[in-house]
Amino acid sequence: MEMQQFYYDNKIVKKFLYASIVFGVVGMLVGLILAVLFLFPNMTDGISFLSFGRLRPLHTNAVIFAFVGNAMFAGIYYSLQRLLKARLFSDFLSNLHFWGWQLIIVAAAITLPLGYTSSKEYAELEWPIDIAIALIWVVFGINMIGTILKRRERHLYVAIWFYIATFVTVAVLHIFNSLELPVSAMKSYSVYAGVQDALVQWWYGHNAVAFFLTTPFLGLMYYFVPKAANRPVYSYRLSIIHFWSLIFLYIWAGPHHLLYSALPDWAQNLGVVFSIMLIAPSWGGMINGLLTLRGVWDKVREEPVLKFFVVAITGYGMATFEGPMLSLKNVNAIAHFTDWIIAHVHVGALAWNGFMSFGIIYWVIPRMTKTELFSKKLANFHFWIGTLGIILYALPMYVAGFTQASMWKQFKPDGTLQYGNFLETVTQIMPMYWMRAIGGTLYLTGVIVLVYNIIKTVKQGAAVEDELAEAPALQKISSGRLKGEKWHGWLERRPIQLTLLATVAILIGGIIQIVPTIMVKSNIPTISSVKPYTPLELEGRDIYIREGCVGCHSQMIRPFRSEVARYGDYSKAGEYVYDHPFLWGSKRTGPDLHRVGGKYPDTWHFNHMYNPQRVNKASIMPAYKWLFANKAMDHSLIDAKMKAMRTLGVPYSDVEIANAMKSIEEQSTAIEKNLNSDPDYVKSYDASKAEIAKKGETFVPMKDREIVALIAYLQRLGTDLKVKKQ
Amino acid sequence: MLKFVKYTLETIDGVAVYPVISLLICFTFFVGLFFWVFTYKKDKIKELSELPIKE
Repeated sequence: MEMQQFYYDNKIVKKFLYASIVFGVVGMLVGLILAVLFLFPNMTDGISFLSFGRLRPLHTNAVIFAFVGNAMFAGIYYSLQRLLKARLFSDFLSNLHFWGWQLIIVAAAITLPLGYTSSKEYAELEWPIDIAIALIWVVFGINMIGTILKRRERHLYVAIWFYIATFVTVAVLHIFNSLELPVSAMKSYSVYAGVQDALVQWWYGHNAVAFFLTTPFLGLMYYFVPKAANRPVYSYRLSIIHFWSLIFLYIWAGPHHLLYSALPDWAQNLGVVFSIMLIAPSWGGMINGLLTLRGVWDKVREEPVLKFFVVAITGYGMATFEGPMLSLKNVNAIAHFTDWIIAHVHVGALAWNGFMSFGIIYWVIPRMTKTELFSKKLANFHFWIGTLGIILYALPMYVAGFTQASMWKQFKPDGTLQYGNFLETVTQIMPMYWMRAIGGTLYLTGVIVLVYNIIKTVKQGAAVEDELAEAPALQKISSGRLKGEKWHGWLERRPIQLTLLATVAILIGGIIQIVPTIMVKSNIPTISSVKPYTPLELEGRDIYIREGCVGCHSQMIRPFRSEVARYGDYSKAGEYVYDHPFLWGSKRTGPDLHRVGGKYPDTWHFNHMYNPQRVNKASIMPAYKWLFANKAMDHSLIDAKMKAMRTLGVPYSDVEIANAMKSIEEQSTAIEKNLNSDPDYVKSYDASKAEIAKKGETFVPMKDREIVALIAYLQRLGTDLKVKKQ
Repeated sequence: MLKFVKYTLETIDGVAVYPVISLLICFTFFVGLFFWVFTYKKDKIKELSELPIKE
């Protein structure tokens, strides 16, 4: 047989690995800053782009798409070439993929702190960046499938199936969830509203975890764990079952994020049932990974790479056991909106994704530089401090979660809430937030040790950018089944058919979830008293979105006695019909805001937003001083915004749109009048007027500043169903 | 709330068929998967599982 010589492209793998390490440090550092902001809420006082609400999406995006994303591309490109015995399809596409992805990350790092956000979790980036993501994702797909087509190994190993499913599903999810109507270059509204938007978002959100953080890493597990242990996977049969059942079941499970919400019951139950079933493939995969090490456990003692893999797979097992448990309604009633969820996702991110990535880095870098790892001791140190970091992060968050839930739900014998002041439940868990910050610091320290170790390793080695390999050319055979060839053998060497089949497998669950949702739209009971937001409220809502308030405050009162007693009547599906996007939130660091309208006077909100600690000494909410700056709010887009909303089905009349500015003027004047009822306000307002005059600047009346629009929105929340005072 | 949303789908014709279809799809899927996996010959499985380590 003719042997062909070719070169593996190591350079692209190296680039993605370095990017992963750099953005890993950045993303985790931002995470640490957020953890410290819990302890010192005004650490970045007055700096809008370093405020909690804006940094939180930066942290999640940096860790998911920059750290884990780059590590995933590196691992896929390394293993794909070797499993297929072929260089990547096109060097140009590889580089376009790399630089395009980094550009997207940089764009995210700039726009998110500036407040450009769609507010949908893990899909916060605005529409131009969404389009760029779609394009670069297609580049990745072409490069991968092109490589598969020019391969020298007939059979597609199971890892590659996972990569294919990743590509197909993320494309579908990203496109459907990002459907939005642009208002300006950096502002858009989700085409879905309320309940529908929530269902699509969590169909996306859950499956982004599945197909961005899980399936590609399972593929990497099926390649790198056998490689590092130097023995085949425990059961190849099990890996086939693992693959098909996982991708088939995962896509149905999204609604478990919306239990007890205003989502229709049947959709909630469907989500629960499929989430429970997910234990089977997930644990099958975990067992398959761990048992691959049977007979070589002695190696685990000496080889840091294997240690990282063992903890990673164990973390996968823990998170995928916990996930289905959390989707049980009675468990979810406790865990949802609490720090338990933060613990859950960090077991997945820090242990599964993080440790898999570190293992791969420690394994690949020495091989691509023809040397040994600079220091095994340091790698072991990284392993132990990282593991300790995970434990110190997760355990306090579990305790915090349980504490929150029990305090929120505790009643006194007389039937009133034991902890009626939400702040009591925050103060109680401050020690946990301290411990979490320490755990995060340990984990980050480990990563910095990795950086040092890798730099030293690369320096002592000699980079092999194009690695020589040889393999016989693939003989052309019939595209049909050969004599004696089984159908699965045939299918597993036909990449296009395999891709189609995987697409069908994920679409079944997707369609069953999405079709009824579209029907739900026409079936959500309309509530006649629910009216669209006024222009000023709409502007205020956009500030709420910009500042990331949704990161700490939910707008979804579940039908529990404890929640109704604390926040007011439970939320109804029909109340959200004009909410593009929905703002239900997923975490309550602060109280729910769905019925905050009318609960406090305007002056309370004014003082609270300016200095939360003056209102409540123990509050951990940061101040939002820039909303009060002597600057007129920009209403230039209100016309475009209202027209966009009308296109999406919000019934604004021509007259309302034409009179938007007049309506803003009237409503803001009324709020300013309310503020004037507070003598303290009048005193400081006059003082600041004099000060600005002294500086020679133009004075902007309070009613024209951003805070007034925000107050207008907050005072509107949930009031549609309240009996209005005559 | 349950009262409020519970019957939203009842107005869609034939919604009762939903769980039945779901069950059938799942059942067929897993039976198919069973055959996929257990009709493989042992030596073929061994050959496939060694793909990553025989480079």
